[in-house]
Amino acid sequence: MPLPSRIPFYKETDVIDKIVFGVLSPDEIRKISRVTVVRGELYEADGTPVSGGLRDPNFGAIEPGERCPVCGNTRETCPGHFGRIELAKPVFIPHYTDYLYKLLQATCRVCGRITLPSEKIEKYRMIYRRLRARWPQLAKVFSERVIAEAAQATKCPHCGAQQYKINYVKPFHFYEHRGSEGPVRLSPEEVQDRVSRTQSEIEILGFHPERARPEHMIASVLIVPPVSVRPSITLETGLRSEDDLTHALAEIVRQNEKLRNIMMTNAPQTMIEDNWYVLQELVAGYIDNELPGARRLTHRRKRTLKTLAQRLKGKEGRLRGNLSGKRVNFSARTVISPDPNISINEVGVPLEVAMTLTVPMKVTPYNIEEARRYVLNGPYKWPGAVYVYKADEGRKYSLKYANREELAKKLKPGDIVERHLINGDIVLFNRQPSLHRMSIMGHIVRVMPGKTFRLNLLVCPPYNADFDGDEMNLHVPQLEEAMAEARELMLVEKHILTPRYGGPIIGGRQDYISGGYILTVKTSFFTREEVSQLLAAAGYEGELPEPAILKPGPYWTGKQIASLFFPDDLLFKGKSKTNAGDLSCPDEFCFHDSYIVIRHGRLLEGVLDKKAIGAEEPNNVLHMIALEYGNEAARRLLDSLYKSFIRVLELRGLTMSVHDIDLPEEARRRVEELIKEYKKRVYELYREYREGRLETIPGRTPEESLEIKIMDTLDELRKEVQTLAANYLDPFNDVFIMARTGARGSEVNISQMAAMLGQQSVRGKRIARGFRNRPLAHFKPSDVEPEAWGFIKGSFRDGLSPTEVFFHAAAGREGLVDTAVKTSQSGYMQRRLINALQDLYVYYDGTVRDSWGNIIQFKYGEDGVDPMRTYHGKAVDVDRLIEKARAMRARGGVKVA
Amino acid sequence: MASARRRKPKILEHEYVPEHRVLSIEEARDLLKRLGVSPLQLPKISVNDPVAKALGAKPGDIIEIVRKSPTGGKVVYYRFVAAYGKS
Ligand SMILES: [Mg+2]
Ligand SMILES: [Zn+2]
Ligand SMILES: [Zn+2]
Ligand SMILES: [Zn+2]
Repeated sequence: MPLPSRIPFYKETDVIDKIVFGVLSPDEIRKISRVTVVRGELYEADGTPVSGGLRDPNFGAIEPGERCPVCGNTRETCPGHFGRIELAKPVFIPHYTDYLYKLLQATCRVCGRITLPSEKIEKYRMIYRRLRARWPQLAKVFSERVIAEAAQATKCPHCGAQQYKINYVKPFHFYEHRGSEGPVRLSPEEVQDRVSRTQSEIEILGFHPERARPEHMIASVLIVPPVSVRPSITLETGLRSEDDLTHALAEIVRQNEKLRNIMMTNAPQTMIEDNWYVLQELVAGYIDNELPGARRLTHRRKRTLKTLAQRLKGKEGRLRGNLSGKRVNFSARTVISPDPNISINEVGVPLEVAMTLTVPMKVTPYNIEEARRYVLNGPYKWPGAVYVYKADEGRKYSLKYANREELAKKLKPGDIVERHLINGDIVLFNRQPSLHRMSIMGHIVRVMPGKTFRLNLLVCPPYNADFDGDEMNLHVPQLEEAMAEARELMLVEKHILTPRYGGPIIGGRQDYISGGYILTVKTSFFTREEVSQLLAAAGYEGELPEPAILKPGPYWTGKQIASLFFPDDLLFKGKSKTNAGDLSCPDEFCFHDSYIVIRHGRLLEGVLDKKAIGAEEPNNVLHMIALEYGNEAARRLLDSLYKSFIRVLELRGLTMSVHDIDLPEEARRRVEELIKEYKKRVYELYREYREGRLETIPGRTPEESLEIKIMDTLDELRKEVQTLAANYLDPFNDVFIMARTGARGSEVNISQMAAMLGQQSVRGKRIARGFRNRPLAHFKPSDVEPEAWGFIKGSFRDGLSPTEVFFHAAAGREGLVDTAVKTSQSGYMQRRLINALQDLYVYYDGTVRDSWGNIIQFKYGEDGVDPMRTYHGKAVDVDRLIEKARAMRARGGVKVA
Repeated sequence: MASARRRKPKILEHEYVPEHRVLSIEEARDLLKRLGVSPLQLPKISVNDPVAKALGAKPGDIIEIVRKSPTGGKVVYYRFVAAYGKS
């Protein structure tokens, strides 16, 4: 029979109309398959595949140059063909046994009808059909009820046969309790025989009477996938290593042939049964090798085989590992490092990466000269190109081997040059875990020497990135459409505000905050030279303003410098972060410079700290600029003024030493006194408890009450020490500046460094576990000293005692465990939420719907408001509107340009 | 021995139960037209839900619920009365 040269297995014009799932019948399997496997060996002595073995050529072409005997294609185009194993005796297919059990319970063991009266069956059939059309979930529940009802029958209403109770023992045992006879095991053959008698009425039980015949849920013919599904690999030694599926199938074939031989030699029934059961185990293992209660298939008694179910299941499985998430081309990954000099929209790309990743560039009459230059430079000189696609020849040339001069010469419009990444290209930049949409943003390429991706520090918050070894991924969009989307929707500056709560998520942290404070604090004055440096760092090219002070010489304030970068009609009023504790004031009449007032774009009073320029601080100055003047205005501010925040620190210096946390002798004495005083209170609590005078907290035992009161007392002590330390330290020392402005650290941290660590706790309790009635052997049992239960009076400056170190480590470990547990739990929750919500979207009419158009919400968020365009959730800020109107009127009602 | 019919549907007056109302046929038709959906695409409420019972709603009715929301003030929600759910 002459073979056609190529049987196309699909036509490009074919459209998938629907997909039907069902259970293959033996006849269908026989029709599909091209080879019957009867031999367990794979290769003959000479290395050729065994005919009728698992590598039979009829499974499809796999070797280079080989022609498929079935379809005539080579390995590139042959889709592969199925084979079959004719089982000597039928076996159960795991995962189908549950359905068979239901059927056995609900149908007659003789005639196969559902064991309910005919009228009832008809009635249920109508109900079932109606339910399935409207409430498919409910139809399932209904089926369960029918099964439960039919299982009650002891006599078949149709043929009168007696019914017995059926018992299912996982994974493959069905027992029938025939009264006096006791439990009898039903073989797959018997079960198959019974369920094959069932009629179309089993649709009520949830079966599709044609496409999912129950008798096909027991395998009598096993389908064998083509070799391309289970490829072998050749090791360097020349030995072939077969796929796990092939191993599993080979065992099935061997056992099948063994069983067939035994049956032909009319061996004892038990021997047949035993070998039949082995075959059952093998087939089950081939489908799912992690069945509870079943034997595992192994490779030489060691490694458990990865069979069909294992290929699909779990994180590394086909679904989660290869379909939901897959490895991609045109991507790069490396360590990130900071670069405060590039724009927030940019990413520094190492030259090596830029010469590996490519962008397809369509040659036009307008860029042909540029394209020629890339071709001439070739793959090893940046900016060059790696491949050229000649449209007229329909061929792709690698510039590693081709004659580049010649190719450049014959380059024509319409050709495609795969050129290196160059400055100005758009790429997607990503850091895992990708928890929100700002985890993948569009950046503009800036090619640089070095081996790391460079990142502006202001975009660390959305990625939650730092530079202690973090790595990030970069993806190069390959189509104009994708590039346009990246530029217009994903560019960093379009994500300054977060849709989560409406506030800037891109913005200053740490040094930017301290710098903003140092620059704008009212004690800062700058000479002409310093102002020039600050403005140059910010890229300012306009005129210098008049100096604020003329005698003893010209001096400018930092507020003047900052004002140069604000929009001309910017209005802002609000407390700064330093507006707290002793320095707090409710309004603009603030003596401490801690109330920010910006009018007509001029910073009149207040310092720029976290509450003005910081990231993740809603309703601050940066937020107002982004909201009211647009993302681009905010980006310009971030790319200019913020650079002078860093520069001013370089001029002044910002650092810390132990001396920044030195407390004067008097303060240290007072801390000692405080500790003594509070310890006395603790002893007093113990005394009250012993004498039964201690007031019990409602709902607590006396012991618990004592413990709670002690903890409260010690916490009070910590607070007192904290205020004391804060009062004695110079508020203008660098550590204190960092804490007050919100740049880094807090008063608690400082008092712990300078004065006292305080009570350490595990699970919110004082540390008590360890020995009997004491956590460490260094203390007396049931000690009244707070130090015995994790109270640390030492400070980081003075150092901790050995027992103090132990308690501190115990409390510190809790934090580590907490973060580990929290990340894994929230990660799983995130996965489930995403899976549940990913297809919901806001319609043009403002409703929230799923992909079928079902309504979830009648108005998005119940108010139809996009949080990203709000004042921290409020759609309109009336106070601010009034303030703005007033300011405008003060200027004669005209908006000043 | 108070009969079930005579008992007043007190739950509708409870502070925590938002305002429920069965739409007239005209209102229901207008609603479906405005949203461009079939009744089955609306969120559902069981006939056996205590509120549906108290209102005497029948399967196929549409119930309008006016709730107070921290974000949106008074918020209108609709549910299609479905003939399923535990009684
Ligand atoms: Mg890190
Ligand atoms: Zn083929
Ligand atoms: Zn019967
Ligand atoms: Zn003040």
